[in-house]
Formats: sequence, C-alpha cells, structure tokens
Amino acid sequence: MMTESKRLIEEQQTEYVARLANLSFSAEELAAYTKDLESILNYMQELNTIHTDGVEATTHVLPLTNVFREDCIGDCLPNHDALSNAPDSEDGSFKVPKIM
Amino acid sequence: MPITDMTIRDMAQALEAKQFSAEEATRAHLERIARVDEKIHAFISVTAEQAIAAAQAADQRRAKGEVRSPLDGVPMALKDIICAKGTHTTCASKMLESYVPPYNATCWQRLEDAGAVLLGKVNMDEFAMGSSTESSAFGPTRNPFDLDCVPGGSSGGSAAAVAADLAVYSLGTDTGGSVRQPAHFCGVVGIKPTYGRISRFGVVPYASSLDQVGILAKTCYDAATVLEIVAGKDKMDSTSAPYPVKAYNQFCDSDISGMRIGVPKEFISDAIDVEIRQQLEEAVTQLRALGAQVEDVSLPHTAYALPAYYVLATAEASSNLARYDGVRYGLRVPAGNMRDMFVATRNAGFGTEVKRRIMLGTYALSSGYYDAYYNKTLQVRTLIKQDYDTIFAQGFDCLLTPTAPTTAFKLGAHTSDPLTMYMQDICTVPINMAGLPALVVPYALSSQGLPIGLQLIGSGFAEEKLLAVGSRLESVRLLPDLDE
Repeated sequence: MMTESKRLIEEQQTEYVARLANLSFSAEELAAYTKDLESILNYMQELNTIHTDGVEATTHVLPLTNVFREDCIGDCLPNHDALSNAPDSEDGSFKVPKIM
Repeated sequence: MPITDMTIRDMAQALEAKQFSAEEATRAHLERIARVDEKIHAFISVTAEQAIAAAQAADQRRAKGEVRSPLDGVPMALKDIICAKGTHTTCASKMLESYVPPYNATCWQRLEDAGAVLLGKVNMDEFAMGSSTESSAFGPTRNPFDLDCVPGGSSGGSAAAVAADLAVYSLGTDTGGSVRQPAHFCGVVGIKPTYGRISRFGVVPYASSLDQVGILAKTCYDAATVLEIVAGKDKMDSTSAPYPVKAYNQFCDSDISGMRIGVPKEFISDAIDVEIRQQLEEAVTQLRALGAQVEDVSLPHTAYALPAYYVLATAEASSNLARYDGVRYGLRVPAGNMRDMFVATRNAGFGTEVKRRIMLGTYALSSGYYDAYYNKTLQVRTLIKQDYDTIFAQGFDCLLTPTAPTTAFKLGAHTSDPLTMYMQDICTVPINMAGLPALVVPYALSSQGLPIGLQLIGSGFAEEKLLAVGSRLESVRLLPDLDE
C-alpha cells in the first residue's frame, strides 16, 4: 500500500480545510495535523481496492421511511429555559457580535 | 455481601426483603466513591444530594407499596454525554464544561420514571472520540484491574465505575465500540443494542447514523433488565425503532442447545493477542458442550470496515460538531466579529482528537473529495451489511468474536499515533456499520490479570439471543483488587 506516491494532503490544504471547519492552527499545529491526516488518509486508500460500481449507498440501516407525527404543537422549552445556557442574550433572544 | 458488591437483581431482592433501604444503598455507593474514586477517576461529577433525595423518594414509594420497577432505588451512573435536567453534561469537553441541560434524554427519563437513583456523571473520551478515555478534558480514568492501564473508551468511566463497584450499572454510548471495548478492558458486561433500539434524544451526537446508547452492568441479567426499560420507540427520535420491546431477562440462562453460532475467520488473525484467541477457543468448546452448533463463517468485507468507519464517523462528526459556535450554549470566546468568535471558541473549546476528527470529516465532505471518500464509504457500508445479512439468512443465531486486539493497554501507549489508537476498534466498528446488536461478556483473566471479554453479534433486534448465549458464557464476576 505505502508506495512512493504523491502526498495526499499538503499544509496549504490543511489550512483550507481548517477554514471550512471554523478552526485555525499555529504553524506547528498545522504541520502536526497535516502529518496525522496524511497517515490516516493513506490508510483510507484501502477503500480504493474494492469495486463498488453499481452498489447502492447505505445512508441508514433501518428500513424506516417517512416517519410522520401529528402536526400539532407539543410541549416546548420556555424561552427562559432555552436561553439558560446562552453565553449572551437580550430581550429573550440570543445575542451575538456584529456579523460584518 | 457488602451492598456495593450487589447486582441489580441482588439489590432488588434485598430492598424488597427490607434488608436495607435505598438510602443506605445510595450512601454505601457514595461512600465508596469518596474512598476509591480518587484512584480511578471514573466520575466527572457526583450528584450526592440529589441522589440521596431520589433514594429517599424510592424508600417512600416502597413503604406505600408503589415500587415502580426492579431498578427502583438502585444507584447508577450516566456517561457524561447523556442529558440529565439540571445536571452538568460536559461530554468531557471544555466546550461544554458549564453546560446544564434544561431537559432529560429519553433514556434517562425512562430510568428516572422507573425509580433509578443517579449518583453522577462519568468520564469519557471528549465527545466520545477515543478508545481509552485519555482524550477527556478532565483527565483520564484508570482501569480498576491495573491503575497504570486505561479502562478503554470512550465509555471508560462507565465501565470502570461498574467494575470498581462505584455504581450498580451505567449507561454509555457506542459509535464504533465505545461500550464494548471498555467492557472487555474492565471485566464487565456491555451491550450495544441494534441501531434505533434505544432513543438517542438528549444524547449529544457524534456520528448519528452509528450512535447507539448501550448498557454496562455486572451481569447479562442486569443488562437485560435495564434494556427492557430504556428500549422502545420515542416520538422525539424519528430513528428509534417501532418494534416491540421484549422481556429480555427472561431469556437469560435459557437452554441454548441447537443454536447455531458462527465464528467469522476474518476476526481471528495474528493481529489478535494469542491469549484472547485461546480464550475464544475455550468458549467454542464450552458452547459445544452446552449443545450449540459452532461453525466457521466468512464475512469477506470485514477489513474495509475500519477505514470506512473513520470516513463515515468523522464526516458525520464534522457536521454534528458545527453546532458548537458559541451562540446558543457552551463556551464562547469573545471576539470582534461573528466569524472570529466562532473560530476562537472552537480553537479553545475542542481538544486535539476532536479537532483531528473534525478536520478529517470536513476533508472527506469537501468539494472534490466527497465522492472518493464519503460516497464510496456508503457503498462499502452496503457490502459490509450484506455480509451479515447473508450469514443470518443462513440461519445463524449469533456470531462469536474477540472484542479488541489486546487486553487493556498502558496509559500513553497509543496517544502519539492516532492510527494505532483507531486500530483498537477493528473488531467492533463493523457491527455499528451494519447497525446490529452486540454483547460483550467477561470471560477470563489474562496471565497479566487483565480481563478478556468476548463479543457476540446478533441479527437486528435479536438482543435476546445474545443475552441467552452470553449469560451461559459469562464468567463469575471478575473482581479487581483495589488494595483498599
């Protein structure tokens, strides 16, 4: 498996993925994560040795489809309880820093 | 027999016979936690006051002849990923260090309704991501059989608490082996029921198509008793299964002659410790002596389950953990604008392994890689599931396998190389990929004095067959010497 192939992930790409995931890393962390990801992704290449053409995807193991319930209002958390863990709130709403 | 040695079954009888009260039982456990848990660190939080109040309420019900269930007044612990209203639920993460859920998880609600007494919340790998409980933000748990060893993970606190008699039973969760591998490492029973058997509502999600609540207990009979109470359809979880719940403990210790048990050859290789393979052979001999038919079988796609699992679980995790953004609950690290706040919060709140899995999953789901990793994995999942469907269609009642490649390993043994830690899950992840039930029973002690548990795998919703076979196979309880 471990042939002299090109690297699966470079630091630049790790940085891009971190951005997608709303994370950021120091130069040192970036190098460490890139090394770990390279090794794990390399192991995942094992999956390429198996033919899956025409095999259906399994997203869910149970034969349950369209689980419905009555369209009616049930018990809800009171506003005060729903906000009880909020880092910041005002007038019954979550409060966040400016967006732009 | 000291109160803390008792099983659920023993305690229910003793409470009924008024040998002691639920309050005495709870105090005995709280005292033992105060005395012993300094060494083990199974608990993240102990809810002593509430536990004593709940036990007193159980005693009052008993006095009035209003006992609710065999669990009424029996003290237990919850993995700190399961929401209990008004009680800290941290997921062993700095991200949720101060989180106090305003509602109950359905599995805990059902136990509370049955009279369970919550002693506290137990340790785990951060967000259930790990196989050793070393990734907990609040420090590792130690194995009661050897304090230099890990208890397994991610439900390591649950397994260690039951093994050390700090709780009569515990709920954990199992996404890739997180109930079963700790049960094996700590010499207790661990059951991961079929996907959908127990509601996931109120259980902090890791990988939603794989996560399942499980039970750690001292005996199969106890695990079966708890399963009957927590299982079943829940309108708050659309993936909970609408199939009838059985009186599972009635199947324990039943006749297993004529049952067909398969031993999949792909699970038995040089990668598995020789002593574990020897014990598996012993178990085969024992099952044959009990009248079961044991045959070799093949599950050809087994080797693909682990790489496929780490694509799927991390992909689902990266999406699930996007919710931790400092807005509605959990940690917030203030910053000038919204995005900087997200990033600062997530950088500070998540530990190394959680970030690693978010990164892997985000990569696998990102444009250009989605088909090669995520879609491919879903197809491989179909092939893995079909292997099991084929075997069970041939009339096999269950399969017998090792639980993990080794017995409990030393703290720090795998922390520098994530891939070797992931290899711990090689015997357990295929079952989550296929959505099947599996039971681990303690079977023997290794030459090093560490427990060896064997895994039984069943067809969907056939937990009772696993409990029937497991209860005949389980050893007399393995007890750690804690040198008190």
